[in-house]
Amino acid sequence: MNYLSIRDLTVRLSNGLPLLRKVSLDVEAGEVRALVGESGAGKSMIGKAVLGILPRAARLTGGAILLDGENLETLSPKERRQRIGAKVALIPQDPLTALNPSRRVGPQITDRLVDILDWKRDEAEARALELLNEVHIQSPDRVMKSYPHELSGGMRQRILIASAFAAEPKLIIADEPTTALDVTVQKQILKLIREMQERHQTALLFVTHDLGVVSKISQSLTVLYAGKVIEETSVRSFFAGPKHPYSRALLAATPKYTDPDGSLMPVPDSVISAVEREVAAFDEQLNG
Amino acid sequence: MRDARGQIRRLPGLRLWLSGTWLLLLVLAAVFAPMISPHDPLEQDLFAARLPPFWEQGADPSYLLGTDSLGRDLLSRMLYGARLALTVALIAGTLTCLVGATLGLIAGFYRGWADLVISRLVDIWMAFPPVLFAILLIAVLGTGLTSIIIAIVVIDWTRFSRVVRAEAMSQGAMDYVASAQVAGRTRLGTAITEILPNVLPTIVALLTLEMGIAVIVEAILSFVNLSISTDEPTWGGMIAEGRTSIYQAWWVLVFPLFALFLTVLSFSQLGEGLKEHFDPVLR
Repeated sequence: MNYLSIRDLTVRLSNGLPLLRKVSLDVEAGEVRALVGESGAGKSMIGKAVLGILPRAARLTGGAILLDGENLETLSPKERRQRIGAKVALIPQDPLTALNPSRRVGPQITDRLVDILDWKRDEAEARALELLNEVHIQSPDRVMKSYPHELSGGMRQRILIASAFAAEPKLIIADEPTTALDVTVQKQILKLIREMQERHQTALLFVTHDLGVVSKISQSLTVLYAGKVIEETSVRSFFAGPKHPYSRALLAATPKYTDPDGSLMPVPDSVISAVEREVAAFDEQLNG
Repeated sequence: MRDARGQIRRLPGLRLWLSGTWLLLLVLAAVFAPMISPHDPLEQDLFAARLPPFWEQGADPSYLLGTDSLGRDLLSRMLYGARLALTVALIAGTLTCLVGATLGLIAGFYRGWADLVISRLVDIWMAFPPVLFAILLIAVLGTGLTSIIIAIVVIDWTRFSRVVRAEAMSQGAMDYVASAQVAGRTRLGTAITEILPNVLPTIVALLTLEMGIAVIVEAILSFVNLSISTDEPTWGGMIAEGRTSIYQAWWVLVFPLFALFLTVLSFSQLGEGLKEHFDPVLR
């Protein structure tokens, strides 16, 4: 059963330039799907479209987003906000700007429970403490009363993860949650997300450009290029040998620990121009 | 690390204390003016005209800061003048802040046509020379306290709008705003609980600055005799009178001018100090 189902999603800039080209993508309940692609491929844009936080200049011009079988585009803004608030959460990319600097951490975790799910404040606080324990934060009492700038980047990302799981959402969109952290912390955070996902059986749409991360966390993946889905497959068959030439080149470009002296393999120009042609041909069909 | 921070933090503390003390004295002077004034501020005594302050030769110790050319006690007049200055500072400053900051927040956070209208309005407003604008307004509204306050609000709201708009815009682009909206916050809720607290330190600093500016504007209007009734002692009015006798009695000009200077400086320093005090990151 698909919890999130995106059908032919097209997002354009206000000048008509397409950012997402008829993207279709499914996330099953409890499944981890990775969304990979290079910078500017539109990975984050998909997440933003689902969450209803597209940037001002971008507009959803076609397609449907079905959450739990319900088409989000047919809902009123208020209904939509409540559905998203109750069922979906976001683990943002940059933990340094994702917490409000002038509010204490505690209320930022409990907001959603109190506002959307009508919890009592003390219940919500107890729940927040429990979650901070789950994400292995020492002395959660003190952390709840801290301001974000008093905590390290890794701590803040843990708090954001705790906050994302607070309302027991059925789907979490993680937008490159480890990119802004340094490598040692990255590994811990990744492990933590995985652990939390398994414990809470949450579906996870994991946006990343790091194929190394993909193999560790997800079961299936979607490769995106220029806002178009290039390949959609299970992680096992992807690493056994991708079908699309671009995916193959992308996989070959990943640096390997086993061969530290091997030179980096960029995606060859011939592959890029081939995939560009494919996108251009698709655009004719899209606009025509 | 801790020591270095302590060094930096001592300065705003001192700043807050000094400016706070002067403003507190001023408030006390304004509230208790009838009780502490040694003379009636309107009482003329032509035999005691242009008496110098107490340390100069020929001074009368009962006129501590001397008298003006009509023999009125300077100290008493300044104490009464503080009443108008502070009333204008508090009321006009606060109202200007409310109007300007609200419009700035709307423009900066909601963007779109609201921003377009407000920003164009600000542009047009800023093209007017402020003092002439104020004089024009008073000419239309008539003199009096209410007119002065209205004039200050009408002229100066743009100061808040511009800054708050820019600040709200940059805060609005932060991830935490997106997170709040994903968590189900309404637009209005986001503006009030997420954006406003982060813009508040700036608003507080601007507010106190504006109070200082309000005092100056009032003094300018008094100077050109467009403030409240001419009988009532005002700092601006005293400065205007002092100007005519600067060579015979410098004190008539210098004392009110100095009070004005200290007050405006104190307001702006208070603002800077409070801003640092309020900002969780600087704190």
